[in-house]
Amino acid sequence: MGAGHAHNLYRPGDSPLHRLPPQCKLVAVVVFVLVVVSTPREAYWAFGVYALLLALAAGVGRVPVGYVARRVVVEIPFVVFAVALPFLATGPKTEFLGLTVSHSGLLGAWNILAKGTLGVVASILLAATTNVRDLLLGMERLRMPQLLVQIMQFMVRYSEVIAGEMGRMRVARESRGFQAKDVRQLPVVAKSAGALFIRSYERGERVHLAMLSRGYTGTMPVIVDVRANRAQWCAAALLPSLAVVACAVAWVG
Amino acid sequence: MMGRMADLNTGAAADAGQAKADALPPSLDVAGLAFAYPDGHQALFGVDLRIARGERVALLGPNGAGKTTLVLHLNGILSADTGTGQGVVRVAGLEVAKPNLREIRRRVGIVFQDPDDQLFMPTVREDVAFGPANLGMRGPELDERVGEALDAVGMREFADRPPHHLSFGQRRRVAVATVLAMRPEILVLDEPSSNLDPASRRELAEILGGLDVTVLMVTHDLPFALELCPRALVLSGGVIAADGPTRELLGDAALMQAHRLELPYGFARLDCDRCAPAAFGAPGVGTGAAGSCEHGREHG
Repeated sequence: MGAGHAHNLYRPGDSPLHRLPPQCKLVAVVVFVLVVVSTPREAYWAFGVYALLLALAAGVGRVPVGYVARRVVVEIPFVVFAVALPFLATGPKTEFLGLTVSHSGLLGAWNILAKGTLGVVASILLAATTNVRDLLLGMERLRMPQLLVQIMQFMVRYSEVIAGEMGRMRVARESRGFQAKDVRQLPVVAKSAGALFIRSYERGERVHLAMLSRGYTGTMPVIVDVRANRAQWCAAALLPSLAVVACAVAWVG
Repeated sequence: MMGRMADLNTGAAADAGQAKADALPPSLDVAGLAFAYPDGHQALFGVDLRIARGERVALLGPNGAGKTTLVLHLNGILSADTGTGQGVVRVAGLEVAKPNLREIRRRVGIVFQDPDDQLFMPTVREDVAFGPANLGMRGPELDERVGEALDAVGMREFADRPPHHLSFGQRRRVAVATVLAMRPEILVLDEPSSNLDPASRRELAEILGGLDVTVLMVTHDLPFALELCPRALVLSGGVIAADGPTRELLGDAALMQAHRLELPYGFARLDCDRCAPAAFGAPGVGTGAAGSCEHGREHG
């Protein structure tokens, strides 16, 4: 299922953004998000600049607005909290859209909403133009511990296999008249989950056996080497550097 | 030993293998192999077998006969270190022992039953490259090796696909390619025809039949064994109970019954030349039904 979602995020294409090596894009997004987060919340114009930068990036990557908008919904739980903030926070009151709300709460809500949305949109653009495999290669390239990369790689590979197994177990349960109506059925579901865990564990052992049989000694060989040249790093640096300029101006001004 | 083997071998491929084998050590030589798991369960009680270079041999036997245990000894996953055992396994003259494991695992290519266990990398290409890359191969040489292995199973155009987007039959073929990429001395297949639809099963048979490599095939699919392997071994109760031309073994009703081996319905008259015409072709379909042939029952 996880892999299914991951595939949904990726939008195959051949834009300059798609062609950029994954490690450049990863660094660019992380730096961009850090810059956004460290911008003073009252510098409203700076957030406009960030949004504009992301819009330009989306244009370069040929990612449609609707595509991004549909995926921004993951943010909703945080938005709910942000909307509640002006009513819950204490301190000096202010008028906003005809309502009397807390001034600091309103600013806090804006802060969460603006920074959160910018971060989410940046991540969506990264995911839309980089497939999961390349993201992992990029992380490996950025010296993320190989063990973690391997774990994520196996998760991507096997999430569908395990989801398929889970689906077959559910069909088998229901084919014999089982219906999960209320908590009394929970023990059955729990036992299925336990069986699934044991099956996955055993599969892990078999996979390990297959790996040993092909000469695995503990480290994954580097088969696909993604290299980035200076021009590619410079291109990727464009987004965070422009953001840094905006942030610096916001602090000074 | 060699003389006896020459008698047992039938078929052109085996004869060619025999000619080469006179100069070369056998692909597989197992002598006095016994093994008990740490929990005390004794799985093998002294297995002796020898497979000449270029031979295709089926390993038959009921469930629990020790087939998987034997297979896992061939590349040193199981050994006297992981349980209690004795005996020697040699692959093309090289003994399966700790210092040789790297080379042994190159020489012995095991294709496991579930391709989802075998294919663990994100793309087909990387999975096929995994073995040779572990042997230190890189760059164009590696690409060439991967292309060659994928060509051998007719899967080159799927190189950049993730394995879970392939059909089961395609995944099984890629699994074969992953070990072919290591240019093994011997290809060991665990239930290669299981879960395949008839067309995929035939395609796999065509691919395996066209490979120029020694094959040991563990299977319950007796018609498949007959189609591909001129020689068969029966492993039963942890020992080799029979060794001979596949056709003769399958035609020996008493032997078959003693080791819980059964031909599927419609294939029961293998002892008759009219019902099962060729050792390499599929047994005659539609002529196997009882009563449609007037042969005697003296064989069984």
